[in-house]
Amino acid sequence: MSAAPLSLEGIHKSFGTKPVLRGLDAEVQAGEIFSIVGPSGAGKTTALRLLDLLDSPDAGRITFHGKSYPIRSPESLAQRRRMVLVMQNPTVFRATAFENVAYGLWLRGVPDAELRGRVFAGLDFVGLLEAAKESAEKLSGGEQQRIAFARAAVLNPEILLLDEFTANLDPFNVRLLEQSILRYRHETGCTVVIVTHNLFQAKRLADRVALLLDGRFVEVAPAADFFEHPVRPETRAFLSGEMAY
Amino acid sequence: MTALRRPREPLPWPSFVTVWRVAFVLAALLILAGMAVSIDLQPRSFIILATTTSARDSGLLDYLVPYFQSDTGIGVRYTAVGTGQALDLGSRGDADVVFVHAPSAELAFMASGQGLCRSPVMMNQFVVVGPNQSDPAGILGLTNATIAFERIRTTHALFISRGDNSGTNIIEKTIWSWVGYTPSTTNDTWYKESGQGMAATLDIASQLVAYTLSDDGTFLVHSANLDLRIDVQHDPALRNFYSVIPVNPSVHPSIFVAGALRFAKWLTSERGQSLIGNYTAGGVRPFQPDGQDLCP
Amino acid sequence: MTDFSEILQIVGLSILVSGTSTLIGSVVGVPLGVLVALRKFRGRNFVRTVAFTFYGFPPVLAGLLVFLILSRGGPLGFLGFLFTPIGMILAQSVIVMPIVMGITISAMMTVEKRLHDTSLALGANERQWRTTALHDARVGVFTAVMVGFGRAISEVGTVLIVGGNIRGQTRVLTTAIVLEISQAHYLEATIFGIILFVIAFAVFAFLQRLQAKGVV
Repeated sequence: MSAAPLSLEGIHKSFGTKPVLRGLDAEVQAGEIFSIVGPSGAGKTTALRLLDLLDSPDAGRITFHGKSYPIRSPESLAQRRRMVLVMQNPTVFRATAFENVAYGLWLRGVPDAELRGRVFAGLDFVGLLEAAKESAEKLSGGEQQRIAFARAAVLNPEILLLDEFTANLDPFNVRLLEQSILRYRHETGCTVVIVTHNLFQAKRLADRVALLLDGRFVEVAPAADFFEHPVRPETRAFLSGEMAY
Repeated sequence: MTALRRPREPLPWPSFVTVWRVAFVLAALLILAGMAVSIDLQPRSFIILATTTSARDSGLLDYLVPYFQSDTGIGVRYTAVGTGQALDLGSRGDADVVFVHAPSAELAFMASGQGLCRSPVMMNQFVVVGPNQSDPAGILGLTNATIAFERIRTTHALFISRGDNSGTNIIEKTIWSWVGYTPSTTNDTWYKESGQGMAATLDIASQLVAYTLSDDGTFLVHSANLDLRIDVQHDPALRNFYSVIPVNPSVHPSIFVAGALRFAKWLTSERGQSLIGNYTAGGVRPFQPDGQDLCP
Repeated sequence: MTDFSEILQIVGLSILVSGTSTLIGSVVGVPLGVLVALRKFRGRNFVRTVAFTFYGFPPVLAGLLVFLILSRGGPLGFLGFLFTPIGMILAQSVIVMPIVMGITISAMMTVEKRLHDTSLALGANERQWRTTALHDARVGVFTAVMVGFGRAISEVGTVLIVGGNIRGQTRVLTTAIVLEISQAHYLEATIFGIILFVIAFAVFAFLQRLQAKGVV
C-alpha cells in the first residue's frame, strides 16, 4: 500500500463509447512538481478531474496516502478540500478580487480576521494587492489567472493541480505565475501536478515528467532524463515535433 | 430555506446571504402585519354586507353606513358585486347580510332556506333618460316605458344599453319583450351596448346624444356632469324594490347573526327609514322608504 | 369623495399587499428556481415547463381559485381570510411566485458550467455551489423579483375578487381605479393611476440603486 500523497493505479475512463484513459499508473512523491505532457485530447484534463475527485474512474483506484475516497462521500469532500484544481481560461466569480481569493476560505468557515490576513497575503504573493477592491471581471486575462492562483494558494492545499493554466497568457504573466509556483512549493512543500503542452514550461518547472499518450503514461522520468535521454520512441517523436496527432 | 436552520456548512458571499436572511425576516414580519391588519377578534365588531353596484353607485350606502356605525357601534364592510354574486356570497357564508333589488332571485334564496328573513326596505324607480336639448322619439313626459320604447324603436332613435346582464339590463330587456321586439346590435344601428356600469353608460349616452334606461339614484348622482334629462318616469312597472336579507346562520357558523339582524332592523326602523327618505342626490330624493321589519 | 387620508390608506395598503406578496413570492420562488435549474431530478423538464406556463396564468383566474378556497364554504374558510388584506397578499403571492421562479430559472441557466467545476475544485459542496451560482446570476434573479413586483402592483383581478374592494379595508390603487372608472370619474381614476406609476417608479429606482451599490 503506497503512502505517497497521490497514487494512480490502473485508471480507466471512457466517455460514452470512447475510451480516454486506458490504464494510468503513477505515483507522485511528496513535494515534487510532476508534469504531465502530451497531445491535445489525450485525456490530461480528464485525468486531473479524476485526481480532484470531481469525477470517478470506470476502473482503477486513486489513493491519497494509501486511502481512496468514493466520490460522493463526506470524506471525499474533506479530501477535495486538501487539494485545489486551477483550470485553464481563468474562471473568476462576479465579485471583487478580494472576494474571489476569499472564496475558498469562506467555504471552509475561516473566521474573518484570519481570512483578511490570508487573502491580503495571497494577493500580495501574486502582486495584485492594489487590485483587491476591483471587480475581478475587469482584470486582464493574466491578472485573472493570478487571482485564480492566489485563490488556490491561500487554501494551503496539500496537492495543487494545474491544468494548462498559463495557456494564452503573455510572457510576463507566464513568468510571474511560474515563479509563484516555484516559490509556493519552496515555501510550503506542497505537491504539484501540472498539465502543460508547453515543453519549455515543463522543463523549467518539473521534477519529473510524464507523457500521456493513448490513455496511458508512456514514459515517466526525471525531467533531465525525459528531455535529454528519452527512452521510448514515442517520446522522442513527441519531443521532436514529428509526432502527428 | 437556507435562512431558517443553522447552516451545516458556511455559505460564501456573506453579505449576499445576509440580504436573503433579511428578506426572509422582512417577509415574515410583513405577513404578521398583514394578519394583524386583517384579524378581527371574536366577537366580531363588523358585518360583511353584500350588495349591488347600483346600490353603491347611488351613494346611499356611503351615506347610511356612518350613521349605522355611530348608532350601534357595529362596523359595516360592504362589497358591491352583481346581484347573482351578492346572493351567492350569502349562500357561501362569506357575507352576513345581503341587500339587493331582485325580487324573484330573493324569493328563490329564501325558498332554499339560505335567508333568515326578508324585509322590504325602500324603492326607487328606473327612468328613461334622454338628451337635454332634443327628443327625437317624442317621449318626454310619458309615464309608460313600454310606449316610450316602442317610439324609440320606430323612430330608430339612438339607444345605449348596458349589455352586461345586470339587474338594469334585465329590466331593459323585459321592456323590449313587452314591445314584442328583441333589438340586436347587428341589425339595428341605433341600438348600442356599452358592456359597462351605469355611470359609464350614462356618460356614453350623454356624449352620443342618446337615450338609455337608468335607475334614478345613479342618474341623479351624476346628473350634474351629464347632458341628459329624465324623459319617462313614474311608470309603476319600473319600480325597483330593495330588500335586506340577513343570512341564515345554518349556512355557516361564522355568520354574525346579531349584527346582521341589527342592520336589517335598523334599515327598517324609523331612524333608518327617515334617513333613506331624506337622502338627496342631484337635488332629488330618489329613494322612497317602504320598509317593514319582518325579522325576528 | 375620497379625501387625503383615504388616499393615503389606499396607497399604504397597495404597498403592503404588493410588497409583501413580492417578498413571499421571491423567498419561495428564488430557492425553488435555483433547485429546479441546478439539481437533476426526474420530471425536471416538466416542472420547468409548468413554471414557465404560469407566467401567462391570468390573475383573475388565480383570484377566482383563491376565492373559492378562502370562502367560508371552501377548504380554508375557517381562516376567515376572504375580504381581508392577508387574503389579498396570499392570492398575489400565488401569482408572483411562478414569475419569480421562472425568470430565476432562466437566469440560473446562464451561469457557466465551468463555474461549477471551479467552485467544486475550491472545495464547495453542492449546497455551497448553489449559493455561488445564485450569486453569480444575481442580476437576472434580481430582475425576476422586480418583474414580480411590477406584476403585483399593477394587477387588479385577484385583489378585486379576493379583497372585495371594501372601502377602508381592502381597497388598493388598482381596484380604486376600477371603481372610479365605473362611476365615470375619469379624472380621479387617472390621478390614482399616476400615483401608482410614481410608486412603481420610486420602488424600481430604489432597487436599482441597491443593485448599483452592490448590495444585491
